[in-house]
Amino acid sequence: MERMPGWIRQHLAAVRAVVVLTVLLGLAYPLAVTGVAQVLLGDRADGSLIERNGRPVGSAAIGQSFTDAHGDPVGRYFQSRPSAGGYDPLASGASNLGPEDVVDTLPVPGAKDAEGGPDEGRRSLLTQVCARSKAVGELEGVSGARPYCTADGVGAVLKVFPAVGTPTRAVSVNQACPAAPFVAVYRGVRVECGRPGEDYSAGRTVPVRGGAGTPAVPADAVTASGSGLDPHISVAYAELQAPRVARERGIPVDKVKALIDEYTTGRALGFMGEPAVNVLRLNLALDEE
Amino acid sequence: MAALFIASLVLTLALVHKPFGDYMYRVYTGDRHTPPERLVYRLIGVRPGTEQRWGAYARSLLAFSAVSLLVLYGLQRLQDRLWLSLGLPPVTDHIAWNTAVSFVTNTNWQAYAGESTMGHLVQMAGLAVQNFVSAAVGMAVAIALVRGFARRNTDTIGNFWVDLVRGAVRVLLPIAFVGALVLVAGGLVQNFAAPHELTTLTGGTQSVTGGPVASQEVIKELGTNGGGFYNANSAHPFENGTSWTNWFEILLILVIPFSLPRTFGKMVGQVRQGYAILAVMATIALVSVTLTNVFELGGGATVPQAVGAAMEGKEVRFGVADSATFAAATTLTSTGAVDSFHDSYTPFGGMMTMFNMMLGEVAPGGVGSGLYGMLVLAVITVFVAGLMVGRTPEYLGKKIGSREIKLASMYFLVTPILVLVGTALAMGNEAGLAGLLNGGPHGLSEVLYAFTSASNNNGSAFAGLTVNTPWYDVALGLCMLLGRFLPIIFVLGLAGSLARQTPVPESAGTLPTHRPQFVGMVVGVTVILVALTFLPALALGPIAEGLLS
Repeated sequence: MERMPGWIRQHLAAVRAVVVLTVLLGLAYPLAVTGVAQVLLGDRADGSLIERNGRPVGSAAIGQSFTDAHGDPVGRYFQSRPSAGGYDPLASGASNLGPEDVVDTLPVPGAKDAEGGPDEGRRSLLTQVCARSKAVGELEGVSGARPYCTADGVGAVLKVFPAVGTPTRAVSVNQACPAAPFVAVYRGVRVECGRPGEDYSAGRTVPVRGGAGTPAVPADAVTASGSGLDPHISVAYAELQAPRVARERGIPVDKVKALIDEYTTGRALGFMGEPAVNVLRLNLALDEE
Repeated sequence: MAALFIASLVLTLALVHKPFGDYMYRVYTGDRHTPPERLVYRLIGVRPGTEQRWGAYARSLLAFSAVSLLVLYGLQRLQDRLWLSLGLPPVTDHIAWNTAVSFVTNTNWQAYAGESTMGHLVQMAGLAVQNFVSAAVGMAVAIALVRGFARRNTDTIGNFWVDLVRGAVRVLLPIAFVGALVLVAGGLVQNFAAPHELTTLTGGTQSVTGGPVASQEVIKELGTNGGGFYNANSAHPFENGTSWTNWFEILLILVIPFSLPRTFGKMVGQVRQGYAILAVMATIALVSVTLTNVFELGGGATVPQAVGAAMEGKEVRFGVADSATFAAATTLTSTGAVDSFHDSYTPFGGMMTMFNMMLGEVAPGGVGSGLYGMLVLAVITVFVAGLMVGRTPEYLGKKIGSREIKLASMYFLVTPILVLVGTALAMGNEAGLAGLLNGGPHGLSEVLYAFTSASNNNGSAFAGLTVNTPWYDVALGLCMLLGRFLPIIFVLGLAGSLARQTPVPESAGTLPTHRPQFVGMVVGVTVILVALTFLPALALGPIAEGLLS
């Protein structure tokens, strides 16, 4: 070893260092942590599973969707937030759509997509928010109106031509013909409905705020979470759902509200994070009533 | 609440940095080798008592990193034949290359989706090991540079193997062990189970995943690494379960980078010099964290306005403000872990995360890399100041001559070149443009962010960009490799040439480098150099997006 040229010795040392450190930091350390964690905190280390009738029905830490086989909300359960991955723990993640993603690609009737299925176009983040708001509003019996959303639940966005100067043409790009545009006239120009397949990219994008005030449907109800597995909803969203859940179950609203309180985690130490309601725990508690 | 959250972190760091910085000072300057360490040195086959010149130090470091790269690549490519693969196939060649580079360079860029790509063995014996050692390498380089300032008339700057082992075993390992258990208490999993399927309340199925997550999560933050066990990274409830684990993870990210200036001050024998560096870091960091919070809470863009809050890509338990604080912490350091998705941030909030990285990750920066980056900027500052008054610049008694300033300048030029050339190449070729999820200025932001993140070894992303393609895997891999090791070589060269010098005595004309005046100058140099380099690119991306809306 000592007689070998320095550069070979160096690489041998490097190989041995990687092996030794892998055994120490990559095997001994995680095994030791696992051993101690399993003894002291076995339930949490195993994923905080919740059992009902001896069968696991979920993890308290991982959100799930409370929809039926058709994907429609089940009325007697509190609903979770939208998820970019459909609450599949094997596909965690966010939508990653940007804050100015406001223009849809309308589906062209009769056209096929890359896989041969019917063309579905592409819905912008704004339209997704508007559509969710409308759907939640209808489910809970409140107004789903929001700023920058049309009454039919898409983004209220005009493409104005030419991009610079006095408008000569305006199109409500997210409203497919024959829909009536959300606004009839824009700066003296009649607004057209969007024709699927037409390229409007040359126009200037003008989102229109509209007259909607503070929305009745809370922010977390219309946005996808970061993980796609958010186990929580805001207190506001839980309270919005309480009358519907109480009605479906035939129990007093106050009873439901008391349970919401019970399954709300406040801010840690009073200042960290936001109050959050654990949806799975809340729904399980309701089932046990 | 946001202010309290930030203030509690500042207070904790203020309390901890002194004892912890002193502890690291003892770790790196002590003569004693503990019996387990002696065993490790014997197994590795190195003599811990010998000192290395900068060239030998650099060669040892590069050899270690090269072997690490090969081993990590091999582990991924052979995972189906090893234990605990969960039945997953070998990782694709270009993703395996990208991931191996990414973890060895302390970048931890995620071209892969953890839960569907990597088995438990690759995660803990491959990725997590690099989380430890790439962090220890960064600290070793920083300590070597500090020795360059502290020593006189010598050729040597320390022993790489000793610095590596001590950093991993004495600094990182004990904190990681305790921290992992704290995180399990916060709901993180720690087991070796494969995903198991269960039936949900409404009759659907769901696969609940397992794995040695807490032990990896803690070092992912502590070593400013950032590569998640899961695709959703620290937004995933199994990686970051509660509002207080979120606070704790931010603390882990910041604790070493903010404590190393103390170690630096002790090693050069003037604690106040350490405080000056700390003041520069803290000033920039506080301004940046505050601005990111202001922009995100302001919610200035069409979709956040429609929603009523910038909640897209954020978790309810963290909320908008604490997510913004995490985002600032992760990009001010070289971490790149995310608890919310920066792609969906408001234009100016997203710009702050990019700007933080463009600063060169020096406020406080990655473990070790933050300190050596900041010291290089201090060298450039005394040079600029020296030019103004017409004196030979010096820092801590060492003359900053032409060799020193050349090395410092080359250090500084590496990342802007990689970022701007890389972004230009991506925007000018079809393989690059194919990855964009969003159109318009936001598309450019996605690419600019990717090259900024890779070249600065951060690893966070505007994750809409599809990067698991051969073109991006190779291009970003090269940026990570060059963005890590070229600066390291220049820094070690600088350490070598500083250590050789005889210190010049302080005179009336010496620029005092511990006063607020100097702190202000370094902040100025840091921000102005970045602004001049990257402003045109930022103007076409996030600024255009923010102003058009």
